Amino acid sequence: MSKKYDVIIIGGGVVGSAIARELSRHKIEVALFEKEEELAFGVSKSNSGIIHPGTQNPASSLKGKLCVKGNRLTRKIARELELDFKEVGELIVAFSEEELFRLGELKSEAEKLGVPRLKIVGHKWLEKNEPNLNRKAKAALFAPTAGIISPYRLVYGLSENAQKNGVEIHTSAKAVEIDGERGAFEVFTTDGLFESKYIINAAGLFADDVAEMAGVDTFRIKARKGEEFLLDKKWEDLTRHLLFPLPSEKTKGILVIRTADGNPMIGPTAKEIEDKRDLATTDEGFKEVLSGAQKLVPGINGSDIIAYFAGLRPASGDDFIVREEKEVPGFINVAGIQSPGLTAAPAIALMVVGILKKSGLLLKKKKVFQKHRPKKMHLFAIPPSETKKLIKKNAAYGDIVCRCEMVSKGEVSEAIASGARTLDGIKFRTRAQAGRCHGSFCTTRLMKILSEKTEKPLTEITKRGEGSEIIKKDRCDG
Amino acid sequence: MVERDLVIVGGGPAGMAAAISAHENGVKDILLLERDQYLGGILNQCVHTGFGVEYFKEVLTGPEYAERFIKKIKEIPEIEVSLKTFVVNLATDKSLTYLLPGKMETLRAKTLIMATGCREKTREMAHIAGTRPAGIFSAGLAQKLINVEGLLPGNKVVIVGSGDIGLIMARRFTLEGAKVKGVIEIENVSSGLVRNVVQCVEDFNIPFYLRHKITRIYGRDRVEKVDVVQVDEKGTEITDSKFEIECDTVLISVGLIPENELIEMAGIVLDEKTNSPVTDEVNKTSIPGLFVCGNSFKVYDIVDTVTRDSLEAGRLAAEYLL
Repeated sequence: MSKKYDVIIIGGGVVGSAIARELSRHKIEVALFEKEEELAFGVSKSNSGIIHPGTQNPASSLKGKLCVKGNRLTRKIARELELDFKEVGELIVAFSEEELFRLGELKSEAEKLGVPRLKIVGHKWLEKNEPNLNRKAKAALFAPTAGIISPYRLVYGLSENAQKNGVEIHTSAKAVEIDGERGAFEVFTTDGLFESKYIINAAGLFADDVAEMAGVDTFRIKARKGEEFLLDKKWEDLTRHLLFPLPSEKTKGILVIRTADGNPMIGPTAKEIEDKRDLATTDEGFKEVLSGAQKLVPGINGSDIIAYFAGLRPASGDDFIVREEKEVPGFINVAGIQSPGLTAAPAIALMVVGILKKSGLLLKKKKVFQKHRPKKMHLFAIPPSETKKLIKKNAAYGDIVCRCEMVSKGEVSEAIASGARTLDGIKFRTRAQAGRCHGSFCTTRLMKILSEKTEKPLTEITKRGEGSEIIKKDRCDG
Repeated sequence: MVERDLVIVGGGPAGMAAAISAHENGVKDILLLERDQYLGGILNQCVHTGFGVEYFKEVLTGPEYAERFIKKIKEIPEIEVSLKTFVVNLATDKSLTYLLPGKMETLRAKTLIMATGCREKTREMAHIAGTRPAGIFSAGLAQKLINVEGLLPGNKVVIVGSGDIGLIMARRFTLEGAKVKGVIEIENVSSGLVRNVVQCVEDFNIPFYLRHKITRIYGRDRVEKVDVVQVDEKGTEITDSKFEIECDTVLISVGLIPENELIEMAGIVLDEKTNSPVTDEVNKTSIPGLFVCGNSFKVYDIVDTVTRDSLEAGRLAAEYLL
């Protein structure tokens, strides 16, 4: 007999996790399936972490509406899940009279959506409040409600809290076939066969493949690659706000971004590509990003770049797709969630709950919903006196594993206890290996801790799941 | 606050030599802090020979070289060694905070010697484009995996840069049965010692590509291949010179940087290019009584000279104190 759920969510990124948490308030059986070894390993891991105010999308778009609502909801979620959210504000910068005119258009469009406290600020204001900005900037649209959050920690916060409230999470569980109809779907996964009354497709880049399994062929997902570059932490105060150029039709352009971890980020590029697994950075991308960022902040130097990566946006047309499919009732697509998806995720989750209700799923609130998640420990984010007490109580917090980011064995063990199974999973949760030496010092220790806690031999420890073993086992003949 | 006469941060060859010499010069209260679980630092993973030729007039392995100092330190009761001890903060007045399992302590050092060594430059610092799969290691990490953990990280290896650790690892991988498919050096001469070029690369017929660089790494989960291109003396890529090397492992050996974040925290100015403290005199810094020695002062070619200069640092500390 296969296990039966009320709702199965396919995809463990920020969207799937936000939906899972929202559904866990109700008296229903919910399971989330993720094909990778850990959550947030797909589109979400390369997110820049911006919580957008809603200045970039037309007032008539679903994106725009969900973004503004999501911006509000994220603050509450951050409080409940003890995540660091910083409202740093954004500046969309104009360099010419023509661009200045467009700022006015952006402002009135955003005001229609209800984006609060927007203001066009002039040269003088910019010189005072954003000293490293290009002096040639004429004016900017200032949106104070823009913020930053760690994208992976948001996903882990949402999913761990959903799990605490009863959602089952299956990792390394790829959906391969879907049969049946509303009330009795069968989902064949690499982790076994499961049944469900409803299916929510939040499969990111592969949402079109999953939809097709269910017989829905109404959209395709195109991957649009974005290359991002991180600067050394010593430039944490390079800018006070998030800096944007004026957006084009397709993209927001090259930004200068503050991040939750302190390292400024520059990027992303926007290039449509065929291969949905192509995460390579390029020399051209590097040049494009550097010159784009220098247009905003001339002082940025290529030699201050300490890390880089590429992410893929799952794009389908111009807007989000959030709907129950007419031809397959009970199958709900949440697809094409590119930017501002991280911001919109909590609003998308509420919308999905509405769709399920309308479709006939009985949703009764649980008496007890544990909305809080205890704060994750970061040794140096607390006062020294508390660090001292903590170390006394648990010796492992005094055992430093990652020297660059000063992460202790206690924090690594905590990450593993809450679901980390790979070196990347530990990195996303704790920042161990994310510093300037890129893991030269701590890799072997992290491998040993993972091996000990998960009872796997060292040769089976991976960077990000099967196939990415750190130690290549099979010998070749040369 | 507790005060100690001399605190030494780092128990590698530099810190050990400084401790012994400070004691020989009359210092009676020495605290040696080491973050690892044993003294000896990076020497512990250097199982090859070539150490001690100048200082001991003998050919030793890394662990043998370290052992001579460790033995001496153990015989000196005035040197207190604290292992698994990690300094997290250093102030201008030479007070420092450190963690060890179960404890966090703060004390002030009347004299302080920083012997924190160096770290390897990364793939990111060399700006190599491409993917970020498993199989990319700093040469030192690969050395630790093989020599300390007994694990061979890969079978088909390309080495980027020709620093000494990279050269030594070319031989080490070959002896372990892996195939080293090339050492790629952007300059027209190796940055490593001549003896290492001869004994670790030429003697094993490993292809050595001078004036070449890697422009891209491929592979989603594990390294699959790299693009190599020839460059001219200015480092500009030569058209149509690109070729591929199939491999599962890329080692990065493009140089070392003194590890000086702690003294930077205390306000000592570092040279932007070399990350060494800005100073005119060996081992001295802008803070009186705060000395830096070994590879954190500057990157040395061989350990024998680290020992020589660090003995001097111990003497300077004694002179300052007494």
